[in-house]
Order: sequence, then C-alpha cells, then structure tokens
Amino acid sequence: MTKPTLLKRLFPAFALSLGLLLAGQPAAHAEDDGQLMASGANIRDQASLQRGARLFFNYCVGCHSLKYLRYSRMADDLGLTEQQVMQNLDFTGAKFDDPVISHMPAEDAAKWFGKAPPDLSLEVSAKGADYIYTYLNTFYLDPKSPIGWNNTTLPNAAMPFPLWELQGEQTAVTRPGSDEVEKLELAHPGKLTPGEYQQATRDLVNFLEYVSEPAALQRHHYGVWVLLFLALFTLLAYLLKKEYWKDVH
Amino acid sequence: MANVFASIGDWVNERAPGLMPVYRKHMTEYYAPKNFNLWYYFGSLALLVLVNQIVTGIFLTMNYDPSAAGAFDSVQYIMRDVEWGWLIRYMHTTGASLFFVVVFLHMFRGIMYGSFKKPRELVWLLGMLIFLVLMAEAFMGYVLPWGNMSFWGAKVIVSLFGTIPKIGPALQEWIMGDFLPADATLNRFFALHVIALPIVLLLLVVLHLAALHEVGSNNPDGVDVKHGPKGNRWDALKPADGIPFHPYYTVKDLVGVGFFLLIAAFIIFFAPTFGGWFLEHDNSIAANNLVTPAQIKPVWYFTAFYAIVRMIPSAFGTAVWGVIGMFGSIALLFALPWIDAGPVKSIRYRGTGYKVALTIFVVAFLCLMAIGMDLTDEYFPKLFGAGIDITLWDNVFGRIMTLTYFGFFVFLWLYTHLGWEKTKPVPERVTTHD
Repeated sequence: MTKPTLLKRLFPAFALSLGLLLAGQPAAHAEDDGQLMASGANIRDQASLQRGARLFFNYCVGCHSLKYLRYSRMADDLGLTEQQVMQNLDFTGAKFDDPVISHMPAEDAAKWFGKAPPDLSLEVSAKGADYIYTYLNTFYLDPKSPIGWNNTTLPNAAMPFPLWELQGEQTAVTRPGSDEVEKLELAHPGKLTPGEYQQATRDLVNFLEYVSEPAALQRHHYGVWVLLFLALFTLLAYLLKKEYWKDVH
Repeated sequence: MANVFASIGDWVNERAPGLMPVYRKHMTEYYAPKNFNLWYYFGSLALLVLVNQIVTGIFLTMNYDPSAAGAFDSVQYIMRDVEWGWLIRYMHTTGASLFFVVVFLHMFRGIMYGSFKKPRELVWLLGMLIFLVLMAEAFMGYVLPWGNMSFWGAKVIVSLFGTIPKIGPALQEWIMGDFLPADATLNRFFALHVIALPIVLLLLVVLHLAALHEVGSNNPDGVDVKHGPKGNRWDALKPADGIPFHPYYTVKDLVGVGFFLLIAAFIIFFAPTFGGWFLEHDNSIAANNLVTPAQIKPVWYFTAFYAIVRMIPSAFGTAVWGVIGMFGSIALLFALPWIDAGPVKSIRYRGTGYKVALTIFVVAFLCLMAIGMDLTDEYFPKLFGAGIDITLWDNVFGRIMTLTYFGFFVFLWLYTHLGWEKTKPVPERVTTHD
C-alpha cells in the first residue's frame, strides 16, 4: 500500500475547504435577514398538498395564475381524479389539460393594485418557501395604507390580505416613539385558531413549492434507486480493478 | 459469435490497416506510470463530463427556444412537459458545475506534480486553452435560460469589455448586437454555445491527449519512466515502471467514475440547485431589464476571477485595470512552465518554500472565491462585529488576497531562477503505487 505522502495529507484539507466553501449557503433569498419563520413544507405529504391546492383555488387563483402548471398534471401528482379537479378546483372553465390561468385581466389588475399580481408558478424557487410562509403570517391592519393592509415581511405590499377571514385581523404594536413594528397581535380572531391558520398557510406554501418544481416528486422517487445502482456499480468496478491490479507490483 | 466479430475485424483491418496501430498506441500499448494516485482521476472524469454535456445538450437543444420571448418558457417546458426533461436539464446544469470542480482539481494536480514542466509544456498550454474556451462556453450557457440573473450576469460580464479605452463601448455593443442583452445576444450566444465553442473544445481535447501521448504521462514522483530502466511484462523495450493504459487504467478510472457518478447523482436527484450555488434563485424570475437582482454575481466557478476585477481599483480615468488583472491572472497560468524553472517536478521532492507558497496560493484562491460569492459580506460582520465597515474590510482583505495570488508567481520566479530552492534527492524509479 501507499505510504502517506504530504499530498495525501494535503488532499483532505483541500477537499474539506472546498466542501466548506460549497456548504455555506448563499444569502440566496435576498429578503432573508434572518427573520423568516420555518415553513416546514414537505411535498411528500400528499394530504397537505391537496389542502393547499384547495386553499389556492379558493383564495388565490382569482388574481394569481400558475401558468406553468396544467390541471391534469396536478391531478396526477396530487392523487386527484379528473372529476374532482374539474368540479372542485377549476373555476375558470379551463379544459383539463389547460394551464391554470387567472381570469383577472392583467391590465385592469395593474390599475387596481398598482402592480399586476405576479404568476406564482416559480415563486417558491425564486423567494423560498419560508419567505412566502412568513409573508402570509405577517399581514396587519394599517389605516395609513390605501388598501387597509400592510405586511412586515414585505412592507407596503400591494396585495390586500385575502386570507383575513381565516386568520382574523392582526394589528401592529409599534415601538414607543417610532413607526417601527415591534410585534403583531391578533385583534379579531378569524375562522381558524392561530395553530390551524399556520397549518393552512403551511399547506398552501407546500402546494406552491410543489408547483415550482413538480419534477421534485419524481426526483426523490427515482433518486434512491439510482444511488443504490451506482453504489453496486462502484463496488463491482472496485472488485474488477483489484482483480486486474493484483499482479502489478 | 466470436467468429463473426473476428471476421468483421479482419474485414475492417484489410481496408483500414492503420486503425489498430492507433488503438494500440493510445490504449493497450500506451505505457502509463504505475504509481498514479487519487489526483489522476480528474482527467478522465473531465472527459466523462464533456461527453455528458454534449449528449444532454443535444437533447436540450431539441426543446429549447433561443429567443428572448420564448427562452424562459421553453426551459419550464423542458422541466415539466418534456419526458425526462428535468433529468436531462439537471444533468446538464450539475455537469457544468462539476466540470469546473474536476478541471480545477486536474489543473492543481498539474501544478503540484510539475506536469507542466519540460517536456510537457505543450500539454499544459493546450490544457489552458481548454480552460479558457470552457469559461466562455460556461458563460454563454449560463445566459441561455434567460432568467434575471442570466440577463444581469451577461450585462456585467460583457460590460467588462466596455472598460477598454476608446473601443470599449463599441466593442460591447458589437458583442451584444444591441445596447442591452437582448434577442440578438441570446441568438448568437446559443449558436456559439451549441456549435462553435464545443467544436473548438473537442479539437483542443484531442490535441491535449495527442500531445500527452507523445511525451507520456507524468506521475506523483515526477520521475520520467521513459528515462528509467526498460522492459516490462508486455514489452522488452518499454518502460519497466509503465503499465498498459488499457486495461489497467481503464478499470481503475471506472472506479473513479463510479464514485463521481454517486456524487453527481446525489446532487441531480436530491439537491439540483445545490442551495443556490449551481442554479441561482434569482434565475427563477424571467429576465427583466427594469428589475435588478439584489446581488449580481457570477456562478461560483467564476467568482475568484470576478473578485480580482472588483478588487483592482480604477486609475488614470479608466477601470480597465481590473479586467487586465483578471486576464493577467489566467495569462500567468499559461506562462507557468517558464515562471517555474525548478529542476524538480513533484512537490514531494521540492523545497519547503514551494510547499508553503503553493498552500498559500490555494488559500488565496479560495478566499478570492469567497469574496466573489459575497460570503465575506455575510461572515465578516458575524466574525468581527456588526459595526464594521464591510466595504473597507472586503477591499483590504480582497486586495491582500489578490496580491497573494500574483505574489505566488513572482515568488516562484525568484525562488527557482535565483537558485533559492533546496530540493530533496529525486529517486531513480517511481516509489509507490496503490
């Protein structure tokens, strides 16, 4: 066997430093200043995805499209039948194979809100699940805002709070002598308890995470088998190498 | 069955008698030193990744739309509607990053064991050309998905050419075919990425291997086996310390391929964005010339060179010095065979000064990468207190690391040309193999 050389000793250090460099996550989601709540989204939880889809199609699709998602793909991935989707989730008259397009005209929406509601197909890829989860939990009543609502995660957001009847109305407690929001308090409870509301937004964010990359379900499904195959392949290659090299001295 | 193969073989040999000698010269009768270690896997792995990029690239091309209006949508089409499109795309994006991982390690191996030294200068020069073309190839490929980071990254990189006095602005426009990255830019980058540069790359790889096989491979001892004793089990006139590339190194490289694919598959199936390093979050937003991403920075493999651009200040009314510094940092690598005149190849038998200098050089390169990735912006306040002037710290640290990078080459020249190096005796024959 090889006697350890300086370089054999150097290699782990080099590999380690490269690894450390790569392991540090970039300040990926620009808005993340360490204040985000963990969404706990898990796209393998199909029941949660189904609940999230129901929330999306009841509360969000009025303004927001998912232009890269087809109803039929969603049915396949969420374990729903065509009938279930068309009767309960398709409110726009779209065909089963059509993408999810909101009926709100973008031009009008831009006039009404100052900014057309963005397509949410890739929102989780762009902003992160935690960001959206936190955003949906930090709306509060703000009499100074033209739409009556404000948000501590995205101050002066153009979006009114569509889930208010579920969460209720939060108000801001400001720091004495300033406008800075210290914390939010639930002034009027909604239909859901705070715990139920957090679970509801978790489901919704989970659904959006699925929408941003439906292939993730397939990735996880096949990935394990690919790794097992490659482990076996590597083992066989190693044994083959040992066999060939046993006469090299 | 064996008879059928043999007769096909005879048929071909009669008509092309030169084929088998070429095969023997490069495979079964190419005698490589028997003491290759871990560092010698990365050449064959780079070839594997090149093949992967070409094959997956062909399939991506079938469904990609190289227009500013359609590019972003077509990538989502590949991810969602094309059968196995997501796998092909992730193999291509992961392959791009891993290409640079294995090429960086391959280059470091060459520096460490003196593989660039006489008689292998041509091998090194061709390899450096491959590196240069690979950087252009990677940059243009990065622009194609037409996400917001693609757009702004393209704008920043092309604007580097705009710093050249007098011709800069016109050159910049000429490269983009517009005043901003636009449809024309995307069309031409697509053409260069899928046809022009891959052809150049393949030609250079063939020449790189041909040049290598003329002089023979170096090894961790830096001993030229061709100059050692003759006679091995296969040929009385060939190096005693050489073994046929095929089957010995083909089966050995197969083990390396297995390990490499395990790592690659793990990334492809479980972490394809690699936490935002391989696929950036801002690229999930379509290109928008009105919205600038919070941080514009190149992909990780360019960050060390990008940091050098940023760290060199403007002077005499032009910012071109940073760009000169960046290209200079690569040009110095080209010149390495003439900068390092040390008679001993392998780090195993070189002076302590060289070992220390090379270690510092690697640390400086990794620090420059960290600066280019804006990691220092994140970690300096955590390490040294939130109140520090981050720009000042970044600049001081970055400039020290830039000087260290260039200082390595200056030191190496002085160290080897002025005879300061105290080397150890080099053995007559290769010492170890595994």
